[in-house]
Amino acid sequence: MKARLLALFALLLLATPALAVQPDEILPDAKLEQRARHISASLRCLVCQNQSIDDSDASLAKDLRILVRDRLKAGDTDQQVKEYLVARYGNFILLKPPFEWDTLLLWLSPFAVLALGAATILARRRKAEEKPAAPLSEEETARLNSLLGDEKA
Amino acid sequence: MIVEIGHYALVLALALALMQTVLPFWGARSHDSQLMGLARPIALTQFAFIALSYGALTYAHVVSDFSLVNVVENSHSTKPLIYKISGVWGNHEGSMMLWVLILTLSGAAMAAFSRAIPPRLLADALSVQGVLGAAFLLFILLTSNPFARLSPAPIEGQDLNPILQDPGLAIHPPLLYLGYVGFSIVFSLAAAALIGGRLDAAFARFVRPWTLAAWIFLTLGIAMGSYWAYYTLGWGGFWFWDPVENASLLPWLAGTALLHSAAVMEKREALKVWTIFLAIVTFSLSLLGTFLVRSGVLTSVHAFASDPSRGLFILAILVLFIGGALFLFMLRAPALKQGGLFAPISREGALVVNNLLLTAACAAVLIGTLYPLALESINGDKISVGAPFFNLTFGPLFAPILLLAPLGQLLAWKRGDLLAAAQRLYFAAGCGLAAMVAFAAANGAPVVAFIGSGVAVYLIVGAFVEIFGRIFPGGLVKAGNPLARARGLPLSAWGTAFAHAGLGVTLLGLAATGWGVEKIVAMKQGDIYDVGPYQLEIIGLTNDQGPNYTETVAHVSIKRDGHIVALTSPSKRFFSTRRMATAQAGIVTINLGQVYVSIAEPNPNGLIDARLYWKPLVSLIWLGALVMAFGGGLSLADRRLRVGVARRAARSPASAPTSAQAAG
Repeated sequence: MKARLLALFALLLLATPALAVQPDEILPDAKLEQRARHISASLRCLVCQNQSIDDSDASLAKDLRILVRDRLKAGDTDQQVKEYLVARYGNFILLKPPFEWDTLLLWLSPFAVLALGAATILARRRKAEEKPAAPLSEEETARLNSLLGDEKA
Repeated sequence: MIVEIGHYALVLALALALMQTVLPFWGARSHDSQLMGLARPIALTQFAFIALSYGALTYAHVVSDFSLVNVVENSHSTKPLIYKISGVWGNHEGSMMLWVLILTLSGAAMAAFSRAIPPRLLADALSVQGVLGAAFLLFILLTSNPFARLSPAPIEGQDLNPILQDPGLAIHPPLLYLGYVGFSIVFSLAAAALIGGRLDAAFARFVRPWTLAAWIFLTLGIAMGSYWAYYTLGWGGFWFWDPVENASLLPWLAGTALLHSAAVMEKREALKVWTIFLAIVTFSLSLLGTFLVRSGVLTSVHAFASDPSRGLFILAILVLFIGGALFLFMLRAPALKQGGLFAPISREGALVVNNLLLTAACAAVLIGTLYPLALESINGDKISVGAPFFNLTFGPLFAPILLLAPLGQLLAWKRGDLLAAAQRLYFAAGCGLAAMVAFAAANGAPVVAFIGSGVAVYLIVGAFVEIFGRIFPGGLVKAGNPLARARGLPLSAWGTAFAHAGLGVTLLGLAATGWGVEKIVAMKQGDIYDVGPYQLEIIGLTNDQGPNYTETVAHVSIKRDGHIVALTSPSKRFFSTRRMATAQAGIVTINLGQVYVSIAEPNPNGLIDARLYWKPLVSLIWLGALVMAFGGGLSLADRRLRVGVARRAARSPASAPTSAQAAG
């Protein structure tokens, strides 16, 4: 399996002279080209590992870059270009997953972890403040000091 | 014959790993100090056998023994010697060998340098280390044997993937694995503490140096990998948030949190249960990374399902160790005495906030990495989670850490004064604002770039405010004897300052990427292009012959105001065995920034497609990691002295803290 993938990878590399965006792809209209670059950076090269089509050397990425520029030349807005590509390739092509019901957990859980963590810490504090722990006895303090040793310089 | 000895040594190492698992553990239960004492020599011998086995595999690669499948698939007789040696770990079987080599090295290091650890704790920890070794040795012997022979042996090998034929391969994986697998020591100690049911500040003292050591290597390993990507890929990308990179970032984030929580545990006997939990989680994330990278699950869930032998084996190891450790934690943690209380505004409080933010940031990366896999296996939907997602989640969760780090350093243990600490940061904040204005005036947009660089300067200056206060307690006017005071400060205080400053240095490099200049052109000899403040021109083209490749080299002059500043020679290499091409970028570092030139093969019409970049301050991204690692090293040097010698003579008065003891 691995050998086959590597072979495929090798073929992809061989098929193109490498380099992501190539000079012949660049649009003469600088503004349009800038929009194309911006869109390309948010689209996944479908055969790569999390690389955008703007960064990728794969020939598929080149085809997609040209497609994006063709759509822009035809007068599409940025949003229309993306919709066109999603219709063809699915959400897989978007490096930023859409905010939908099945990605709700994805988008919200990092912040949920933060909120839950903060809530836990606060709740523990409150509980601890209600019944403060008994202070260390003299013996315990002595033992602690001997364990901590030179820290208490 | 040497190969067979290597194979046999691997099997013997497995037997030793099993002994290391059972005997000391049994000894600890039956209070038999002789049995417990066996852990040490067994751990050392096990490492020796793995080293022997690893040496045998390296030998086979060096002499190009094409009767080994592993050598045939990954080597070639004309391959340069350095890649014959580093190519050993440039493939699945070999990298697993490196994994167990470092795992047993960790066990041996623990056995050799942990005289101060109570014998029962050490016995149990080495026993856990033994199970880990046994599991991975079984994995190698049953599913990924690097010593498998081939008959008839071919005359020539298939060569190593050209992308891997780079000095980066010699440095990056060993560093990364020393970090990844180094955390196994912390994991074993945590598991042993849970088994023994005893947890005190002394435990944190044993854990911290090992955590620091692993963290330093992981920091360097990640930075090296990122720089390797940067100069290899031909356009200067250094981080893609791809699952393999995330797999290394996860233990780094958890390990960083662990470093800070262990500080609280050591100084204040608080956060004990949480520290143990983090110790388990950190290495669990290393294991998860190994699973992600080694099982093939990333290429596609389906590929994993169709060739599951290796993947399922690692998954089983993963479940066994993570599940086992968490189960143990669940059983024992409630019985552990929670530590002391502290005021919310204190060094401890600040470190809790640090841990909360790092944990949430770590969760963002973890969820972003695993979610597409989970979703696809649940309902078949394929989604991509790329940089935009992480910028929107990891970004806001990590940003407060950058702002709060200097403040935390200035708060005293037990009870701090937030206002006083904030006031001491006026100077740092002023520097940050001044830098922001200066950068904005000099370079202009984008906004993120100058805001980021302002924050970076604040972070760098702020990192040293605490130390400055201890060296000049009476201000600059009544300086007294600052040099003696600086020397009297514990190294760990300097370590903290440098590590935090390193983060700032990296941030400055990242922010400055916003001011990068890019030119994508089809150029011919004699054309001159302006790239930032420099003029680039191809002054000649040559075709060269390397040991196992041919290359087209462009000789490029870099001029500023008509004077040649530097020359660089980007090239395009073609490896005939694998019929693959690689681009060697031409990179020149000028004033911490880099001119970066990458070329394609000449077109039939004589034009060369080229990418020309000026990346201001970009080298700071990786220099910052070096500074962080240097800070870690300072702290480690301090700890080794203190852990080795039980009590040192009272320090000079200068080390008496003005605000607080250093966080380490």
